[in-house]
Amino acid sequence: MERIPILRMGDFLLVTIQVDMHDELAMTLQDDLSDRISKTSARGVLIDISALDMVDSFIGRMIGTISGLSRIMDAQTVVVGMQPAVAITLVELGLTLPGVITALNVERGMSLLRERVQSE
Amino acid sequence: MNVLRSGTQAVRIEQDVVLARQTARKLAVEAGLRLVDQTKLVTAASELARNTVVYGRGGDMDWEILEEERRKGLRLTFRDQGPGIADMKLAMTDGWTSGGGLGLGLTGAKRLVDDFSVESAPGQGTRVMICKWT
Ligand SMILES: Nc1ncnc2c1ncn2[C@@H]1O[C@H](COP(=O)(O)OP(=O)(O)OP(=O)(O)O)[C@@H](O)[C@H]1O
Ligand SMILES: [Mg+2]
Repeated sequence: MERIPILRMGDFLLVTIQVDMHDELAMTLQDDLSDRISKTSARGVLIDISALDMVDSFIGRMIGTISGLSRIMDAQTVVVGMQPAVAITLVELGLTLPGVITALNVERGMSLLRERVQSE
Repeated sequence: MNVLRSGTQAVRIEQDVVLARQTARKLAVEAGLRLVDQTKLVTAASELARNTVVYGRGGDMDWEILEEERRKGLRLTFRDQGPGIADMKLAMTDGWTSGGGLGLGLTGAKRLVDDFSVESAPGQGTRVMICKWT
């Protein structure tokens, strides 16, 4: 079965979404990620969506769920690299992603995660 | 108004939702829509294609590249012969869902395009038309 790879970088997990996700793949990622957070005790998750040329309500909901889920598991989620056209579209669609932290790119996301984890 | 090119694509299973938005992207580029408008149309198409699969029990997407005097456009029509929408007012309310969704698909799609129309009757299926112009 097709899967989105999850990379470990120290205390953090990095997910780079490079394919146009169908719904089942998005659900699998959600399960895989919670599994990896619990196995690795990761403190943070970076989701790189810079390759996604659209985010609809389904993918948006998945991002929100992952973020909420990781918070319950004592990890922070940062979504990085959202394309401007995608951001504009999301707002108009009405999807505000409450509680989801975003950063411009992986580096900034990483330092944001470090700050947040250290200040805890 | 001229129809420059048109076609139909099946929207039956979940994977067809991905194919529908890929087709929508390709055609939006061909119609000359700017990037933000392409993205809005593709996102609306994704929402409607998913509704066609999930609620409409599958259907088709018709596409047309349109030309008027000063502009071009892409029109997509999603049609199915599923159960139809019993209460259109409710379905067109932000946040209302009969399933486990966010209830943003129809209302969000409407906000993202220039023209929007929906026709549906219980037992007779659903037809949603969206169009974006250059
Ligand atoms: N093609 C269709 N056939 C029958 N009912 C439909 C169809 N499309 C939409 N509906 C009905 O309209 C409701 C609202 O649709 P909408 O796409 O706005 O929200 P959703 O699909 O429930 O959630 P979301 O799209 O945010 O995940 C649906 O819950 C469903 O009851
Ligand atoms: Mg929907």
